[in-house]
Amino acid sequence: MSPFMTRVRFVLGEVWQGISRSITLTIALIATFAISLSLLGVSLLVGSQVNEMKDYWFDKVEVSIFLCTSGSDTPSCASGPATEEQKSQIRTDLEAMQPLVAEIFFESQQDAYDRFVERFKASPISANVTPDQLPESFRIKLSNPEEFTTVVNQFLSRPGIEAVRDQRATLSKLFSVLGGLQALAFGFAVTMLVVTSLLVGNTIRVTAYARRREIGIMRLVGASKMALRLPFLLEAIFGALVGGIFATLILSVIKGYLVDQVIATSFTFTSFFGWGSVVSASLICIVSGTLLAFITAWFGIAKHLKV
Amino acid sequence: MIKFENVTMAYRKDGNPALNDVSFEIADGEFVFLVGQSGAGKSTILRLLIREERAQDGTVLIDDINIGMLPEKEVPKLRRNIGMVFQDFRLLPEKTVAENVAFALQVLNKSPDEIKQTVPAVLDLVGLLDKANRRPEQLSGGEQQRVAIARALVNRPAILMADEPTGNLDPDTSVEIMRLLDQINKAGTTVIMATHDAGIVDQMRKRVIEITGGAIIRDQAQGVYGYS
Repeated sequence: MSPFMTRVRFVLGEVWQGISRSITLTIALIATFAISLSLLGVSLLVGSQVNEMKDYWFDKVEVSIFLCTSGSDTPSCASGPATEEQKSQIRTDLEAMQPLVAEIFFESQQDAYDRFVERFKASPISANVTPDQLPESFRIKLSNPEEFTTVVNQFLSRPGIEAVRDQRATLSKLFSVLGGLQALAFGFAVTMLVVTSLLVGNTIRVTAYARRREIGIMRLVGASKMALRLPFLLEAIFGALVGGIFATLILSVIKGYLVDQVIATSFTFTSFFGWGSVVSASLICIVSGTLLAFITAWFGIAKHLKV
Repeated sequence: MIKFENVTMAYRKDGNPALNDVSFEIADGEFVFLVGQSGAGKSTILRLLIREERAQDGTVLIDDINIGMLPEKEVPKLRRNIGMVFQDFRLLPEKTVAENVAFALQVLNKSPDEIKQTVPAVLDLVGLLDKANRRPEQLSGGEQQRVAIARALVNRPAILMADEPTGNLDPDTSVEIMRLLDQINKAGTTVIMATHDAGIVDQMRKRVIEITGGAIIRDQAQGVYGYS
């Protein structure tokens, strides 16, 4: 065996002794890491889901500028139906807003009527509707749907325009619910991570007590600061890594079973986050768990271990 | 060369000083007893030498290095040059004799080859080579103290300090330990031993520094424990 491996084996032996001496505490440490990192992972996955749905839906939604008809009663329609001059001005203005405005499509009253009839052909309502009751409209696709308000501000209350509608608005409620869910999971995750870091500190205190003989001797024979600290750092990092692996398993079950087998079969209207999101969420969990373990252990050691 | 210059040290700011304006010198290769009652300040002198404590006043020097001013990262190096033995042995119960001695080398990242050579040599020196694979609980008190001495010596320190090393041992065993310390001293190691074992001090006839209430009241070459 190479000298390096012998040294590694010696340090790992010391770590293992620390772990096995306070096995219940180590289990508690791993469990809290697993729970807090899972919560962090869940909040990340909800975030991926929101993004996934935004991509999916925003591709399909558009902004509609409805023009005045003879029946319109909003103040901007006081002068009657939109004139040809107003329409061409709107078109010119929209074209000037490229590249934000990606596509412009004009829907005439006849187009609107055809679409209406097509949509409500099974309903008696279509029999009472005539083309002149339906507004003409500009249908616009935005290169960035988030900048919807720019379009609204430009056209709202302009004479000849009855209303500017963003289909996104109907989805925003759903997104705000999901956003709330994500914030909740993240809040729990942060709380649990604080609890976890307290436990890391406590574990170090107990381990330092359990290993007080070894530590006393190590100090006496002149072990370096790092040699004294390493077993404690490794023990905390071990807890974080094993906890992170459990969290990864939990996230995989959430994706593989809960999302793919249960939720996706009931909610067919949207797509769901892929395994890529699970992989990146797991990596973030493991890395941030390890960092948290390292930092809290470092400060915990400084507090409980005189060098 | 160890040198205390007007050292004053109090554990609590308002309390009585454990050492009060103490000055003495110990040359390389000397054998010195620190005697006095419990709490007189013997252990404080040892603790100052390994920088477990710092003096409020005065300087503690080893080979002209001011121990109190030593940067924190240099403290481990200082301790590698000083072996330390205690009344309660301080062995690791789940390790064998050889492992206990090897531990002092392993934590310093010594190579396995060096450990393999040094450990049997130092166990031979203390007369425990045949018990290398025993655990401390299988040994007598005197043997356990020999293991502790082996561990203190295994890094070849220039100074060996012993704090009441015979405090837990019967008189015959104590004499054996003293013979071993004498032998180590004759090989060139400075030995400083804090004790209140009058019999041993009287028998050895080494230099005696007597401390009472934190002050040196006697420093005598080839001294005895006390005038009685």
